[in-house]
Amino acid sequence: MDFTWIPEYQNLLLHGVFLTFLLLAISVPLGFGLAIFLAIAQVGDNPIARWISKGYCTFFRGTPLLIQLWLIYYGLGSYLPYIPGLRASFLWPVLREGLFFATLALTLNFAAYQGEILRGAMLAVPKGELEAARAVGMSPGMILRRIWLPRAIRIGLPTFAGEVVLQLKATPIVFSVTVMDLYGAAYKIRQDTLLVYEPLLLVTVFYVTLTFVITQVFQKLENAVPVRR
Amino acid sequence: MMHLGKALVVAATMLATSAQAEIRFGVVNEAYAPYTTKDATGKAIGWEIDLMDAICKELKEQCTIVDVAWDGLIPALESKKIDVIWSSMSITDERRKRIDFTDKYYSALAGMIGAKDGVMGLTTEQLNGKMVGIAVSTTQSAYFKKHFADIATEKSYATVDESFQDLASGRVDYIFADTGPLKELLKTDLGKECCEYKGSVEADDAILGAGVGGGIRKGDNELRDKLNGAIKAVRANGIYAEFSKKYFDYDPY
Repeated sequence: MDFTWIPEYQNLLLHGVFLTFLLLAISVPLGFGLAIFLAIAQVGDNPIARWISKGYCTFFRGTPLLIQLWLIYYGLGSYLPYIPGLRASFLWPVLREGLFFATLALTLNFAAYQGEILRGAMLAVPKGELEAARAVGMSPGMILRRIWLPRAIRIGLPTFAGEVVLQLKATPIVFSVTVMDLYGAAYKIRQDTLLVYEPLLLVTVFYVTLTFVITQVFQKLENAVPVRR
Repeated sequence: MMHLGKALVVAATMLATSAQAEIRFGVVNEAYAPYTTKDATGKAIGWEIDLMDAICKELKEQCTIVDVAWDGLIPALESKKIDVIWSSMSITDERRKRIDFTDKYYSALAGMIGAKDGVMGLTTEQLNGKMVGIAVSTTQSAYFKKHFADIATEKSYATVDESFQDLASGRVDYIFADTGPLKELLKTDLGKECCEYKGSVEADDAILGAGVGGGIRKGDNELRDKLNGAIKAVRANGIYAEFSKKYFDYDPY
């Protein structure tokens, strides 16, 4: 075992950790926000919204994340430069980077899975509670905000923790679109130093640590919002 | 117990001799035209394969090709799955710590391609602030770090092919790689349309001078000497020049 390369690649590794964390920190909240709309559309009465939401979830859950990422980066992304003026605009430094497309793909994918889970959780909220809310005269919007969604989110919480961990483990594919995340850093170190196992071991330790932190945070969250059954 | 021991020794000797009977060439899986690539049936073809055939003919040895991913080449060599790395591997000091090399069999000329629109060359002013696509951990990457790191930005790709997509869509301004594969990319439909050769970089013998050689297990001097002799022989008898003409308009040595 040879770990003498760590000081030399310290900055690359730390930047990789930062990017991996950034991808997670952006895609999880944004994806969750989108998932709320997807879930409401699916349990709601509007057939068009239901159809769109179902189609979205089926597409993003039914195709590999890698292919989605490449469709967005190499497909959609390669047509962006043809939009007149875009290359000269202030948006171009962001739009030319793989990070933007990686975040987009991860967010859209996370939303699809989360939307389906949330839909199930919403259907699992006891009918009696919703009827009680109606009986005291709450409007449908208020029921959604005060009773239905909060209860559904609480029911789905243990599953969300698992989904965030899965999302973390999905991030290494962003290296395929030039984002030098933690795995990207390990890949470069492996190529430079010709050490196969050591860089991989180091990033493994990091991923396990982050997973541990995520599960702990959700455990705290679950304990903080007790539920009476 | 004695019998078993004897049988094992016999078996081991047989294995050893059968391994000697052929030379296993580790060839990279990923396409690296024109040096190594695969035809429609999956058969390895390219300049390096032609060179291998010429060398094996010269040595009158049986040669087999083993497909290995680029990352796995050195581990495969060390674990004796292959005997030679034959995949455009530049001779560098970092690699010399792990493996030995034959004499060089071609020189990696480093150059850049870029989009046709926009007058760009390779001067310091022209490269200033530009984004350059480079395959991870290549000699070009080392060259870039030494000469261009202060003026331009490096964007890392796993392979040259992937960076080419991004050059076509304008995400990088240049690709910096070996001239052979770059010229091959320019021959494609997309390459003809979008891009052109911008020039070769100035020589830096410390980084680019050692050229490309076959990777050999440390201490496998017998094989190294045999291959060195054969490389010299095919250079001398004109076979090298003959098959090189099919791929290049210059002498790659």
